[in-house]
Amino acid sequence: MTGRVAIISLRQVSKRYPGGFEALRLVSFTVEPGEMLFLTGHSGAGKTTLLKLIAAIERANGGAVLVNGQNLSALRPAAIPYLRRNLGLVFQGQKLLFDRSVFDNVMLPLIVTGQPYREAARRARAALDKVGLLQREKANPVALSGGEQQRLCVARAVVNRPAILLADEPTASLDAAYADEIMEMFTAFNQVGVTVLVATHDRQLIGKYRKRVLTLDHGKLLQ
Amino acid sequence: MRAWLQHHGLSLALTLARLARSPFATTLNVLAIGVAAALPFGVYCVLSNFESLSRNASVDPQLSVFLARDAAKPEVAAVEARLKGARGVSAVRFVSREAALVELNRVAGMQEVIASLPQNPLPDAFVVTLSGSDPALADRLELEFKSLSKVAYVQADSAWVRRLDALLRLGRTAVVLLSALLGLALVAVTFNTIRLQILTQRDEIELCRLIGATHAYIRRPYFYLGSLLGLFGGIAALVIVLSGLTVLNRDLADLAYLYGSTVSLRFPSPNEMISALLAAVALGWLGAYLSVSRHLLETDRD
Repeated sequence: MTGRVAIISLRQVSKRYPGGFEALRLVSFTVEPGEMLFLTGHSGAGKTTLLKLIAAIERANGGAVLVNGQNLSALRPAAIPYLRRNLGLVFQGQKLLFDRSVFDNVMLPLIVTGQPYREAARRARAALDKVGLLQREKANPVALSGGEQQRLCVARAVVNRPAILLADEPTASLDAAYADEIMEMFTAFNQVGVTVLVATHDRQLIGKYRKRVLTLDHGKLLQ
Repeated sequence: MRAWLQHHGLSLALTLARLARSPFATTLNVLAIGVAAALPFGVYCVLSNFESLSRNASVDPQLSVFLARDAAKPEVAAVEARLKGARGVSAVRFVSREAALVELNRVAGMQEVIASLPQNPLPDAFVVTLSGSDPALADRLELEFKSLSKVAYVQADSAWVRRLDALLRLGRTAVVLLSALLGLALVAVTFNTIRLQILTQRDEIELCRLIGATHAYIRRPYFYLGSLLGLFGGIAALVIVLSGLTVLNRDLADLAYLYGSTVSLRFPSPNEMISALLAAVALGWLGAYLSVSRHLLETDRD
């Protein structure tokens, strides 16, 4: 342990779903600011649940989840939106909105957080430029390829300049070349100081990067 | 602050655009709300007309005091003195039996009836005008005058006004009940309309919450939707009521002409119309509030 304050910290965290399924059991780890790490494990090991706890989408049954020094189980519901503004989320199901353009999809986080339109538009275009989609800003996301859609998700996740980026299986449906593209982007964000946590079951991908790996097995963290 | 205003403007524009995109459904919703609001408002308007009628009529309450037929002149004078001396009496007019007969003669069709009578059947009478329209005063004086000697019968001419008053009270209660019931219907209509809208946008709502939208942000466009539905419904209700009153007034004018008078229903004042609109907007807002709150609660984290 260094003397730096952890940006994410889990202490003895358990999560049981109604019906008795225990998704996580006594999980503890810390992540330092600016770190990039992988979260891996078999399907159903609890990777998604862990990310959901960190994003306050679900609440732990036991233990403490601290993000940015805030204890999430003690957080008032009204404070949750402000916590999430510090997080960039790349969801497993993408969650793109197909009733609006690529540009408007990236604008959404900025409008939700109340940025003035002109400044927001500038930042949205910068984010699209970073993921190589600036030429497609007027297109509907339906018209994009799988790799492009995933890049759009990344642009939407980072447009608010979050301190933490959480990605759930960001390369699952992509071939190797596209997967590398996405991972290169994550590395680039990490290099400018963003804390990146990537959940993936792709061991080959993990092998290419020399980063810390957390492995979950049936809800328990392997040391 | 500017971004906040921008979002309000954006919400309003988006909501209007959504309403315009499905004109048929919007029209039906607005009509449903309009009819629901028009019923209590229309009944209220007609009722307030009767109310002003009863107010005007009861300004000048009178008692008719009929004397016994065998009352002699001094006895009549004694009664007159007592009437004039009573508290709460502003004027006393003597109507002799002869004068009453002359008056009755003027009524169409009565001449033959009167001619066939052997003698004048009418008694001497006093018309007593009261100083106030308080029903208690009329009751008290009625009892007091009845007990005078040689007074055969006292008739309260304000009785019909009081009956009308009681009827109007009944009507007012009916309006309150009707308003409560149909207000509830209005909330239910907006609740369901908003719920439908929420369900078609549930992906967007879920995403917005995941990227840090506050409840206020999520609610805002639906508040506009509910309030706008209420506003348009309220306008529809006003149009319905005003055209209804116009049609009624035309028929009423014909009827009044036959009776040789001019009567017409008063239109609601601008204040009343604005109040009705505001009430419709508030109820639409309430429906939206309940609908969004319910959805947010349902989808809240466990």
